[in-house]
Amino acid sequence: MARAAVLGRLNWRAADVVGVVPETARVKTIQFDVPDWPGHLPGQHVDVRLTAEDGYQAQRSYSIASAPDGTRVELTVERLDDGEVSPYLTDELRTGDQIELRGPVGGYFVWEPERGGPLLLVAGGSGVVPLMAMLRRRAAAGSDVPAVLLFSSRAWDDVIYRDELERLNANGLLVVHTLTRAQPDGWTGYARRVDREMLAEVAPEDAQVFVCGPTPFVEAVASALVELGHEPARIKTERFGATGGRDG
Amino acid sequence: MSPIISRGFKGRRRDDVPSDRVPPGQYVTPDFPVLSAGPTPHTPLDQWDFALTGEVDGQHRWTWQELRGLSAETITVDIHCVTKWSKLDTVWEGVSIDTLLDGVETSAEYAVAFSDGGYTTNLPLEDLTGGKAWVAFAYGGEPLGAEHGGPARLLVPHLYFWKSAKWVRGLRLVAYDEPGFWESNGYHLYGDPWREQRYWGD
Repeated sequence: MARAAVLGRLNWRAADVVGVVPETARVKTIQFDVPDWPGHLPGQHVDVRLTAEDGYQAQRSYSIASAPDGTRVELTVERLDDGEVSPYLTDELRTGDQIELRGPVGGYFVWEPERGGPLLLVAGGSGVVPLMAMLRRRAAAGSDVPAVLLFSSRAWDDVIYRDELERLNANGLLVVHTLTRAQPDGWTGYARRVDREMLAEVAPEDAQVFVCGPTPFVEAVASALVELGHEPARIKTERFGATGGRDG
Repeated sequence: MSPIISRGFKGRRRDDVPSDRVPPGQYVTPDFPVLSAGPTPHTPLDQWDFALTGEVDGQHRWTWQELRGLSAETITVDIHCVTKWSKLDTVWEGVSIDTLLDGVETSAEYAVAFSDGGYTTNLPLEDLTGGKAWVAFAYGGEPLGAEHGGPARLLVPHLYFWKSAKWVRGLRLVAYDEPGFWESNGYHLYGDPWREQRYWGD
């Protein structure tokens, strides 16, 4: 065990559910208290492990939604109807339950205020989750690093973190929504998929870019940014597989 | 720690999948998810080559046409991504690394695969030889799509799939193991799925 400790093995930890908050019809945030949580960077993810009574186990990865905050870790999970793990997390888990987490994982798709900006965050649906951790960290640190969040959702009621994003939309952060399927009456914002013209309108020059969403979304956004002259090495991407979740 | 039972969790066992083909913590998917850290590069084939660099004597470089002129193999293998999905019986076409290393003198024991876009990954040389690794340019009977690493990617199916570098352009042969891109960002230096070597310290 001493050797494992020296090598910094990420052990499974018991995580206590301390709250479940609906975000949209299909998305919930699950709040955990994880004793001895080592802390995390905005953008990192965790592995979740569920065990059935007969010992059968399933693992998936989920991005952390919360800014670093002691032993508190929040995951925002979209329910995939044909998923194995996400329906359990969104429908069954309640305060007082325990599941197992391992992490934090990933050292590339991360941002902290000290890394500066300007920042361009481009989210498709629940791809907003790791980007929200960055924006929450930015707000908690009182950072005024210029930042733009371009957030593509299907409809106004599908916008994850809608009220909180409205509150954060100040101090150098600009939140821009595009609604691809349905728009409320009187909507004056973008009403189409993210494209090159939209990116040209909102992207700061020389931005550090983080793009997260389904694979076709990320492919389209990253390619358009390269065409607009953004340095490929400054564009960091994270994609969901066709099977959803972070990637499952 | 003994696992915590998740009240009411039944899971979805796959009776149609032999358990000895699915490493611990993995699930089988019919899809082919994509995971990349940055934009997809698009190098024209007339500017593409594959090189052996580092501790090798002489020049070892193949243009696209030269690579495609080498004898190729059809490979049917299971692949395992560290993000938990496994895909069974994937069919590839590619040139064995043994073919590329044939007649090459080197004292190196490790290799760093390098790719368009700056991606790197490290492997022991012995994991690339002996019929265990290929430069693959076709998948499912079609030219390999850019988002899956085309025109050519490394194929090292016995290790987690991040070792199968997309958009591969060559191997740098080195004396010591040098962490590549993911290996410098929290992922295991070797990455054996059957020992569940996902992260540092696993």
